Amino acid sequence: MKISLGPLLYCWEKQQVIDFYQQVANSQIPLVYLGEAVCSRRRELKWGDYLELAQILKSAGKDVVLSTLALIEAPSEYTELKRQVDNGEFMIEANDMAAVYLAKEHKLPFVCGASINNYNRASLDILQRLGMQRFVMPVELSKTWLSQVVDNKPSFEVEVLGHGYLPLAHSARCFTARHSQLAKDSCETVCRQYSKGLLAQTQEAQPLLRLNGIQTQSASCVDLRSEINEMIKIGVDVFRVSPSSLACIAKADALVEGLNSGAMDTQHPLSDEHCNGYWFGEAGLASIA
Amino acid sequence: MELLCPAGNLASLKSALQAGADAVYLGLKDDTNARSFAGLNFTPAKLQEAAELTHQRGKKIFLTLNTFPKPNEEHRWYQAIDLAAKIGVDALIVADLSLLDYAHRQYPHIPLHLSVQASATNLGALSFYKESFNVSRVVLPRVLSMKQVRDLAKVSPVDLEVFAFGSLCIMAEGRCHLSSYVTGQSPNTGGSCSPAKHVRWQEQGQDRLTRLNEVLIDKSGLDEQMGYPVVCKGRYLTQEDDKPQYLLESPTSLNTLSLLPELAKAGIVSLKIEGRQRSPAYVEQVTKVWRQAIDTYLNHPDKFQTQVHWEQALAKVSEGQITTLGAYERNWQ
Repeated sequence: MKISLGPLLYCWEKQQVIDFYQQVANSQIPLVYLGEAVCSRRRELKWGDYLELAQILKSAGKDVVLSTLALIEAPSEYTELKRQVDNGEFMIEANDMAAVYLAKEHKLPFVCGASINNYNRASLDILQRLGMQRFVMPVELSKTWLSQVVDNKPSFEVEVLGHGYLPLAHSARCFTARHSQLAKDSCETVCRQYSKGLLAQTQEAQPLLRLNGIQTQSASCVDLRSEINEMIKIGVDVFRVSPSSLACIAKADALVEGLNSGAMDTQHPLSDEHCNGYWFGEAGLASIA
Repeated sequence: MELLCPAGNLASLKSALQAGADAVYLGLKDDTNARSFAGLNFTPAKLQEAAELTHQRGKKIFLTLNTFPKPNEEHRWYQAIDLAAKIGVDALIVADLSLLDYAHRQYPHIPLHLSVQASATNLGALSFYKESFNVSRVVLPRVLSMKQVRDLAKVSPVDLEVFAFGSLCIMAEGRCHLSSYVTGQSPNTGGSCSPAKHVRWQEQGQDRLTRLNEVLIDKSGLDEQMGYPVVCKGRYLTQEDDKPQYLLESPTSLNTLSLLPELAKAGIVSLKIEGRQRSPAYVEQVTKVWRQAIDTYLNHPDKFQTQVHWEQALAKVSEGQITTLGAYERNWQ
């Protein structure tokens, strides 16, 4: 089992992102995903900036994977994707079938992200034959599902989002811009104002969703740290921490240390802000004790 | 340009054919399709009957197998494909890679349509499905603007079908987990969005509370017209709001009647009417209007104008009685 850090899904100022990855470089986290996976209108960091960060992380001894957009609509986004896939150095995380297609065309290995629909072994085996090295389980699937799918040990790795806010949906509409009464085409990248997305609550003050531009996330943070030993047993290769603040680096680091020392602290009682329902085959927002 | 209409049962299928559908789509009575509601859909015997009725009239019938096979239950989906081949449907509407692969290898003569649940929105994705499984048609998710549809149609290696009318999914379809986040079931895993068993309405003074698995999705006046409760069309609050708002979308339906000429010029081969879960009366009404509109356009492409009585007829059967162009219109986004 390895710990990974997922791509930063929020729009932060450039310097904040650089500082963040500087700390990641100094951490013990062995596997780092980075890149803009949500919205092509976010231009705080350009592709070249991400490549530079990737180099820094690589020099620090990290495995680096470049994450790509989950929703690709405009021809310009597809052109940009071609450039990303064909970077000549780093593996990509495909978050749309377009990236799978390009990786296959270039005979490049790839990671299949959680936003690509994979609900059975036969489909995963097709992707493996096309070059998939690792697959990130769709967020709505469970421990039982996974056990059945990897019962016969596959020749690809399995990654589970174990800590962080869950990406639940992507739309053409930018909900953050809409909330600020801005048109998407002149959005002023208003999502920069919400470093963890904009929290939406029900009329009974129950936190429900997190608006992150065109992406909708869970209000609750999934926390499966107490399930790590169970995951190892099933055959999960990578436990992903999806970052929402600098504190996540320390959390991921603590997990790396726990794994290295063989004394993993699995006592992580869930607070109101956490959920784990999907893993137990329940509603995603549920907290199963 | 094909008019493709929904059939939740034989009565709806007959209504659609009677009212001028060129083709109908339908699902089996189980979770192999994403409209797995009680009292809806077709047993194998009814499917056979539906195919005969449709073919007698010289029309086409497509079987929707747009959910994703579950581990250890895959055979049910494969059997559905075998059944469709035996009955002789005119196309399969499929989203899952393993099912596309199976159908392509076992029954290469049956046309494969890529379901909207596969969420293919760009040239790379279309090329992938064409080259891997010889998919002949792709149903585009309701996330593209009209310009993006046009751009894609120019370079597409496959025929394109779009949603013309009906309930409006505002997320990239097939990749939305809002329903399962709240209820544990999504179209992909359970065969429906917002399963009816989790919906509860509750009257409280002058308010009607709409709950989905006990989560309060909306609070409305007792007289307010509400649509079917889904997470993306509820009223919520952020810290910045004084009163609840439709933060994602309000209860509206998609209606692209005014885009008909543009869709035709872009080369879209099929216009899909959503609503297998709706009544035969809905199917009849919507099919009638769209039949007239398409015929009117084809007779005089340059003079096409939408008619007030068409719009009125469609508004009557629309969710919340409000319609929108959705993502086709850039401003909506």
